[in-house]
Amino acid sequence: MKVSSSNFKSNARQALDDKQLQSALNHVRNNFISKRSKARLDLPEFDALRDNARAIKDHTLEHLDFYLEHYERKVVESGGKVHWAADAVEARGIIMDICRKTNAKTVTKGKSMISEEISLNEFLAANSIIPVETDLGEYIIQLRGENPSHIIAPAVHLNIDQVRDEFRKAHTHLSPNRPMNEPETLLGEAREILRGKFLTAELGITGANFLVAETGSSLIVTNEGNGDLTQILPRVHVVLASIDKIVPTLEDLAQITRVLARSATGQEITVYSTLSTGPRRKEDEDGPEEYHVVLLDNGRSSMLGTEFSEMLRCIRCGACMNHCPVYQAVGGHAYGWVYPGPMGAVLTPSLIGVDKAGHLPNASTFCGRCEAVCPMRIPLPKMMRSWREREFEQHLVPPAHRKNLALWAWLAKHRRLYRLTTGLAARILAIRGGLSKRINKLPMAEGWTKHRILPAPEGATFMKLYRRRLRKGR
Amino acid sequence: MSKIDKKGPSSKVALFVTCLVDLFRPTVGFASIKLLEDAGCQVHVPVRQTCCGQPAWNSGSRKDTRDIAKQVITIFEKYEYVVAPSGSCAGMLKVHYQELFRDIPEWDSRAERFASKVFELTSFLTEVLGVTNVKAKLNSRVTYHDSCAGLRELNISDQPRKLLKSVDGLSLHEMNDSEACCGFGGTFAVKYSEISNFIVTEKTENIERTEPDLLLAGDLGCLLNIAGKLKYQGSKIEVRHVAEVLANMCEGKPIAGRD
Ligand code: SF4
Repeated sequence: MKVSSSNFKSNARQALDDKQLQSALNHVRNNFISKRSKARLDLPEFDALRDNARAIKDHTLEHLDFYLEHYERKVVESGGKVHWAADAVEARGIIMDICRKTNAKTVTKGKSMISEEISLNEFLAANSIIPVETDLGEYIIQLRGENPSHIIAPAVHLNIDQVRDEFRKAHTHLSPNRPMNEPETLLGEAREILRGKFLTAELGITGANFLVAETGSSLIVTNEGNGDLTQILPRVHVVLASIDKIVPTLEDLAQITRVLARSATGQEITVYSTLSTGPRRKEDEDGPEEYHVVLLDNGRSSMLGTEFSEMLRCIRCGACMNHCPVYQAVGGHAYGWVYPGPMGAVLTPSLIGVDKAGHLPNASTFCGRCEAVCPMRIPLPKMMRSWREREFEQHLVPPAHRKNLALWAWLAKHRRLYRLTTGLAARILAIRGGLSKRINKLPMAEGWTKHRILPAPEGATFMKLYRRRLRKGR
Repeated sequence: MSKIDKKGPSSKVALFVTCLVDLFRPTVGFASIKLLEDAGCQVHVPVRQTCCGQPAWNSGSRKDTRDIAKQVITIFEKYEYVVAPSGSCAGMLKVHYQELFRDIPEWDSRAERFASKVFELTSFLTEVLGVTNVKAKLNSRVTYHDSCAGLRELNISDQPRKLLKSVDGLSLHEMNDSEACCGFGGTFAVKYSEISNFIVTEKTENIERTEPDLLLAGDLGCLLNIAGKLKYQGSKIEVRHVAEVLANMCEGKPIAGRD
């Protein structure tokens, strides 16, 4: 996927002007937040479960090599194979290899952010293999040639009219006069088409919400059941996951899933939670003949032991972006790569470099709502600040901003000059504000005054007035 | 001037004025002093104070932040309590200073000790001093915006509301999403002004829908932002810092409204 994170500002401006997008984003603003809040209130032990989930992941990350090796052993014992991929190129190569050996022409896919991370669809298509997204949201954006704008609701930036138009364009074999008003009819239409694909695909690729070291299983949670068909029907099943998905035991997995769906959609549990372990056994009635796991690192192991390692606890629930005022304003595409919102603001610079994604950790008010709702208690604002520190150290901050900051900091350390400056500023601004106390324009603060008035100061600084008061003995 | 400093360590509460109050809204400083004195405190205003260093901290300059933090700690640590009329600055002093010196044990422990002395104004009044009532009167329909840092770093939410309920004539009406950010975010408001504008517009819409006479909050940053937008939109709603109302000091012009 092409990176356009450095265009964040212009992406955001476009998004803010996009009326259709703004109306679609109301879904995020209204539904996700209230649903999560209700789910949380309905479960008194929710916060205790969060602590527990956090502890499980912290422990796992501390012993990541151990659990990954254990997981591999278990996969092999159950008849599967684990492929280690250091980066996107390796991961794609491995998948291509499996496709070739399978002689795959059509590949069905369950929802996977890792697939986005390694641009798998473009790659498969370029190699004459047809990738078919089977998650409804993913299917829709695949038709539109778009990328997901949300990690759990990939098509949340669209409204039903756009989906209808897209289906009309794509499903030309159906009557143009068919009823298409209800979301359910559109769902039915997609389902009908996908059913045929499920049956023809030679290979199915799913992501994984978790990998279980104890059993060598992978878990996917979905609401449509498409993941099940993707992994059961084709002859070969490939699980594509990153190394941070590992948890030690099934019990741990059960603990963490209790906070996952509640944080994501406000559901107690998703409609389907499907574990898959190895290929079909003799006694099984269905299942794939081959079972592969492609384990991607892509920069994650180098986050371990740094100030960003806590990010690896993330379970991709999306709560942080749902509650983020910036995400709510501009949607996911503005962030310019796979992962949007606060989690993206931390993860993206880690994975593609802060030089390319420098805007993301800066485009935050540090309101802290993301951290407050994160089920894994990831200190997202703190890590965004760490990125800002790195940018500052590496001189990636615009020189003008750096100069202003240095000047201000110098003043803050020199009290007398500070007093002189603030005293002058208060007076000048007060005069500029006039009787109505409105400052309509101010050099260097156009960003402010373009959209707001600057309320003028009262006139003298507190320090000055206080001194005067002391002199008068009150 | 040095008189106040000389009173020295016997002093009880030191007021951290905050740079925005100093520059834009001295009334909030005097209101804070009045509230603290009415509650029986001896209030000191160390004259060497400037700013808490948050602009440097949020811009990624650890060195400047450390320098300023050291300065603040040195000036204020001799007092029993340090009180700021701002959740954001109090959060900086109380929460963030502790993250600054992990590798300098001496300063790390000084920052930790210092943190235990620091309070936001309304939380200090209610939780430390046990104030339940203020002597104030204001016939007004009021709504309250929860500033992010105060709310999420210091758990400030009930404290100002409890005190406001004791104001004679005042009725408090909650707006929708009072816990949502106002879009200020320090330099964010200038650097990402369009996004900031979008967020503050949502905020003023929620405020307008509540039809208050007066909007209150505990942080001048948010207040300037929201007031600036309300003024821009030509709204008649008045805007003040919560301390002004609690201290019964609403004679002067509000931050917005009543032009
Ligand atoms: S950072 Fe936290 S809230 Fe955001 S997606 Fe990850 S787990 Fe969910």
